Amino acid sequence: MSASQPPIDSPEIRRLTPVLGPGHTFGSVTDKISSIVLTRPTSFGWYIGFALSFGFTALMTIAIGWLFTKGVGIWGINIPIGWGFAIVNFVWWIGIGHAGTLISAILFLLNQKWRTSINRFAEAMTLFAVACAGIFPLIHTGRPWMAYYMFPYPSTMGLWPQFRSPLIWDVFAVSTYGTVSLLFWFVGLIPDLATLRDHATTKSKQLIYGMLAMGWRGSVRHWHRYQSAYLLLAGLATPLVLSVHSVISFDFAVGIVPGWHTTIFPPYFVAGAIYSGFAMVLSIAIPLRKAYGLEDFITMRHLDNMAKVMLATGLIVAYGYFFEFFLSLYSGNKFDVFLVQQRLHGPYSHFYYALILCNIVLPQSLWSYRLRHNVVFLFLMSLVVNTGMWLERFVIVVISLTRDFTPSAWGRYQPTFWDWATFTGTIGFFVMLLFLFVRVLPAISIAEMRELVAETSEEEK
Amino acid sequence: MKRMSDQAQHKEDRPSPDEHLDNVSSAHRPLDLAAVRAQLQSKTGKQYWRTLEELACDPDFEELLHREFPRQAPSEWDDSVDRRDFLRLMAASLALAGLSGCGRAPEQYIVPYVKQPDGVVPGNPQFYATAMPFGADAIGLLVESHEGRPTKIEGNPDHPSSLGATNVFAQASILDLYDPDRAQTATKAGEIQTWSQFLDAAQSLASTLRATRGEGLRILSGIINSPLLAADLQNLLTLYPMAKWHQWEPAVGDGTREGTKLAFGNYVNTVYRPENAEVILSLDSDFLASGPGNVRYMREFYRRRKLDQFNGADRLGLEMSRLYVVEPTPSVTGSSADHRLPLRSVEIEQFARALAAKLGLGGSGKLAHDTEKWLDAVVKDLKKYPRRSLVVAGEQQPAEVHALVHVVNHALGNVGTTLYYTEPVEAHPVNHLDSLRELCADIDAGKVTTLLILGVNPVYTAPHDFDFASKLRFEEKLKGKKIETVIQVSPHFDETSQYCDWHVAESHYLETWGDARAFDGTVSVVQPLIAPLYRTHSVHEVLAAFTDKPGLSAYDAVRDQLKAANPSADFEKFWRKTLNDGVVAGTAFAPINVSLKFNPASLSPAKESTSGELEFLFRPDPSIYDGRFANNGWLQELPKPVTKLTWDNAALVSPKTAEKLGLTHSIPSRGGEHGQILSNVVDISLSGSKVTAAAWILPGQAEGVVVLPLGYGRKKAGYTGTNKGFNAYVVRASNALWAASASSSVIRKTGDDYPLACTQYHFNMEGRHILVSGTLDEYHKNPNFAHEHEELPLINDSLYKGEAEFPYKRDKWAMAIDLNSCNGCNACVIACQAENNIAVVGKEQVMRGREMHWIRVDRYYANTLSAASGKSTGDPSEYQPALDNPDTFFQPVPCQQCENAPCEQVCPVGATVHSAEGLNDMVYQRCVGTRYCSNNCPYKVRRFNFLRFQDWETPQFKLMRNPEVTVRSRGVMEKCSYCVQRIDKARIEADEKNQPVADGAIATACEQACPSQAIVFGNANDPNSRVSKLRAQQRNYQIMPELNSRPRTTYLAAVRNPNPELESA
Repeated sequence: MSASQPPIDSPEIRRLTPVLGPGHTFGSVTDKISSIVLTRPTSFGWYIGFALSFGFTALMTIAIGWLFTKGVGIWGINIPIGWGFAIVNFVWWIGIGHAGTLISAILFLLNQKWRTSINRFAEAMTLFAVACAGIFPLIHTGRPWMAYYMFPYPSTMGLWPQFRSPLIWDVFAVSTYGTVSLLFWFVGLIPDLATLRDHATTKSKQLIYGMLAMGWRGSVRHWHRYQSAYLLLAGLATPLVLSVHSVISFDFAVGIVPGWHTTIFPPYFVAGAIYSGFAMVLSIAIPLRKAYGLEDFITMRHLDNMAKVMLATGLIVAYGYFFEFFLSLYSGNKFDVFLVQQRLHGPYSHFYYALILCNIVLPQSLWSYRLRHNVVFLFLMSLVVNTGMWLERFVIVVISLTRDFTPSAWGRYQPTFWDWATFTGTIGFFVMLLFLFVRVLPAISIAEMRELVAETSEEEK
Repeated sequence: MKRMSDQAQHKEDRPSPDEHLDNVSSAHRPLDLAAVRAQLQSKTGKQYWRTLEELACDPDFEELLHREFPRQAPSEWDDSVDRRDFLRLMAASLALAGLSGCGRAPEQYIVPYVKQPDGVVPGNPQFYATAMPFGADAIGLLVESHEGRPTKIEGNPDHPSSLGATNVFAQASILDLYDPDRAQTATKAGEIQTWSQFLDAAQSLASTLRATRGEGLRILSGIINSPLLAADLQNLLTLYPMAKWHQWEPAVGDGTREGTKLAFGNYVNTVYRPENAEVILSLDSDFLASGPGNVRYMREFYRRRKLDQFNGADRLGLEMSRLYVVEPTPSVTGSSADHRLPLRSVEIEQFARALAAKLGLGGSGKLAHDTEKWLDAVVKDLKKYPRRSLVVAGEQQPAEVHALVHVVNHALGNVGTTLYYTEPVEAHPVNHLDSLRELCADIDAGKVTTLLILGVNPVYTAPHDFDFASKLRFEEKLKGKKIETVIQVSPHFDETSQYCDWHVAESHYLETWGDARAFDGTVSVVQPLIAPLYRTHSVHEVLAAFTDKPGLSAYDAVRDQLKAANPSADFEKFWRKTLNDGVVAGTAFAPINVSLKFNPASLSPAKESTSGELEFLFRPDPSIYDGRFANNGWLQELPKPVTKLTWDNAALVSPKTAEKLGLTHSIPSRGGEHGQILSNVVDISLSGSKVTAAAWILPGQAEGVVVLPLGYGRKKAGYTGTNKGFNAYVVRASNALWAASASSSVIRKTGDDYPLACTQYHFNMEGRHILVSGTLDEYHKNPNFAHEHEELPLINDSLYKGEAEFPYKRDKWAMAIDLNSCNGCNACVIACQAENNIAVVGKEQVMRGREMHWIRVDRYYANTLSAASGKSTGDPSEYQPALDNPDTFFQPVPCQQCENAPCEQVCPVGATVHSAEGLNDMVYQRCVGTRYCSNNCPYKVRRFNFLRFQDWETPQFKLMRNPEVTVRSRGVMEKCSYCVQRIDKARIEADEKNQPVADGAIATACEQACPSQAIVFGNANDPNSRVSKLRAQQRNYQIMPELNSRPRTTYLAAVRNPNPELESA
């Protein structure tokens, strides 16, 4: 097949790799998706997975409890490395949280039909990733019980946050992003919630879904309002996709630490965020379609497109790495030149090489059509990219801090058990939320899939 | 019926009151375990007892009970009370008092100062003059007292050995006062005793001793330089003519003393005047950081190292002096030398002989070719300045070297200008090693019945071949002890105390009256600042207990003695003046004339070093000295000046020797260069004894030299000091007290690694504009040399206009640190810790890079390969020739108080903000602890409370803290504030008078403590302030100015004055 590969986006290839499997009707789509929530028995595998992820969530709770009892000293941070795993994980999770909104908002505006079947769980993933990310800025503070100082509340002392600090921008960026993502996700859910209400098998389900559906009756007026609202929210969410990670990159770019202080960070962080976000969508989509037999809805076309997005953003990231080095060397700034030397030869150079391998070298395999269509390979590659993006944040946050301006204060960093417990704990928390999500809400937008059925059937005619 | 029988039995067991009285004076009886068993068997039901002694109806215990609670004790009454009443009373008293009868009930006042004491304004501290005795010196102090609690120690400007400055030991001694692990009461065989019981025991002992005229009485003390104690001891020796007084000071060499005897025929004291010297040659002498008078010597020496560009006032109009140092191991003094020559300790004697020979004084010394050339240049330089040079020998050098140095100084005509001789400061100078040896011999010969140990810890510090513990402990063979009664007075229940019959808790010098002589003979009255915190007593009181006047208080004794020595009309006035000034006027010794009785040619041939051998040197630790400060957390956590190690000692080896022995370091990720270094563990076998130590590679150490710092490895020092480091005393023999030669096979790698807490491992500046240094020649040619390689930002390009936008209208605080005057002595670090309530975090946290010092002293080696070159990682275990004798520089780094502070811009809550005076203020209450400020601080001077580092529970520490400084909680950032509490105080005082703050009215804690006056603080808006003048110098520069942070703390480039002759070679 690869020998005589048809031109990309030809009708030929669309037929070969459709966005929706053949032979679906409105009814079949509705039944297939809603059955996961309503009728299908909960599988043994679900219980196992849920228990496992719940265990890690419990570990996270313990780790955070211990942290609140003792203080951030239970982590590996020190002077000079004031930020460790907490900030690395924060940036990583926020990055992952980019794909959902990108898929639902930007691709929606760009009229990319293939987004339909993945946008729902991608958005959910976004929310959960933002929830995981949101934990870290709070708990990484020395006095989390005072963290509300960072909000512009009407204090009797007349005190405001310090608006020059990028951390304050973070507070706004992340909270806005979280709120808009939640609204966008929920608005998109309303018609489906109504469907679930209508198909509900028990009274309680009917009641709960009914309340959440907010009186949706599917009238034309409802649909009209719904679509305007959805479009508006999509428009609102679109700039946020670009702004959130730009703002987060300011945490570093505004700082004067060599390795942080560079103007390339905003676009490079956004590209990295989308890169890791798509990798995470793939990491979830592949097991999900397998487990619930959703191959007809999440087709090879989706996986292929996501792999291509990954490849493209990966190249932007590679460009970022290249220019980071180039500008450091070209500037002649001795601190920046030293940084390049440290990245390549310093005590943490192996992390840098691992990062290059994961983020640049290995993903080049996605140029191959065959490998893009190898689901197992794609799954592994998505994990590699996620690892790589985590390493990137580790290199930027931690390694830049180990050797900055004053050599007498140079140090090193090693995470402790509690660092790992919190990190793996949030992964567990994230997975646990996903497990709950697929059990109680439609993982694929039923309403939009019905639209797709209509459109594809028209196309075929 | 049963109860009846119990009762009956009890009645029989309980001795009658009369018996009790008889028992008071009887010797302590060993516990009768058989009686205990019998008691237990005879009892049924629940029985409670406090100690086994009580159960055994030990009369001593019951006596103690009765004496503790006399009103309830029927035995003290003459009428009989039946058992039931007795028990009822006992139960009530115990219930009320518990067993806490051991401590005093605290006095508490509900209304503070109904009648305000004279001069006391609540909230305003008062300062009292006192003095801290230390070895053959005493440093005069002014102690800050808040409502009766001493909180901070400053130097007394009127005192000759302080001149207003202090050293680490004086600064840290306040923590010793509040040490919760101090011995708190007298004990007998570990049992708590009352002071009156001790007095009784002492008096009965005295009466026995009086009968034998003191036969068998021995007294062991350290150096005694207190006229009062000297008189007490003299008094005792008169009372008991057969008694003997021995002295043992483990970390002070006999060489200094014996050297004067060798040179002049009798013991004399040498006082240096380094400020008069143009050329100084130090033969292994760390005279700037240890030994008598070091604080003053530092002031004097660095007065000649100041470079004032505009007038010569500071330097007395003279050119900068030149310092040559020959030493086996890098010291603080050696680090500020213009020329430093690493030589083995044995070679130093050869060097001294050669020096004398070159000056035509006879004798000869064998030197290597290079060394000889070096010496030639030095001799030429010394001869260039007749009468204005100075040669000093180290405390650890043998008497011969000292004698040679005296001869050389005489020949160079220095006596009278750069040094003079006085009567000894020590009350009774003796050869300490011989003295201790004699004592040990007497004990072994059974001649000693009573041993009084005054403030020393011989079981820990005596040479191991003396095996002092065996002299005190129970011997199976003898079925008893060699000495009947051993009484020790010491501040802690230490290694020696456990073998003593009686241990008397010694009062801190801030708790008791006394006196002490300084290095030049000046007498100070040691004035207490607080009543003893515990039931402690001074050495004077213990000595008095053996005389016919056991109750004579130290206060009366000091006054009586002073009255006798100064028969003035108005003694009260004199007394008040003395207390106020902190010195007894006119007591400094006058210079004496000495005549040389020594000819270098008469010396027997010296030991020669064999290159294959290793030389092991014993040195007092720069932080905890001979071990007496082991339980002082401030000193334990203080990075040692050159090695930057904390909490441990290590066997220091030179880089080349380490390479030969295959010793390395490795840097684990946890901690890394700023915290934890893994070093190889070695076994060292010397003189039949073995010790296991961590090896540390020390650049600048002479090849083949291994230094074993004393003072660590203590077994009974307290919570902080026990089991830290290794005990070098274990391999210290009496025949090699300071240096031992052995083949390299005595040192053996065990294969283990040991984590050492090192706060600064990386020693290279990486070509950055951090510490700028040059030579005097360069400076003369180009006074602007410090700015040669600077890359200054264009200030107008910045968005932040800084001062143009927000001018500092009134005061603009600034600090200038003269790197030419800093030798890394660390006094500033401890002073800051004491002033600002800085927490001690412990070794584990230091190893994670979390120490809390607000001011750190960075140590850099010049001309070494940098990590940027890729050839080195700045790791001494990667050998490079430059590490054999690197130029060492120190740089104190407090908060730079940037005008354009990177930390302020990134704090999300405005917890670090700029004040109108340009201070970079830290608002603890507002801080949420994001640590962003620390990340963004290019100087890494911010410190974070990662955990709750402050001790909030220990009541003693609550007393100690400076009430003007917040005790920080967990999770907040902290850093140097330029001692803002002192600034505020001075500003308020000035405002009250409606005057500007005078220059010098504010001294930051670091500035005040600094012996070399390297740190100057003041108002940069005042063109006449000292700091403005320093800032106006061309030597003045900022660290990394290209960052445009515009620090208020600036540095004056270090300038060395090398000998051109040696430079070219």
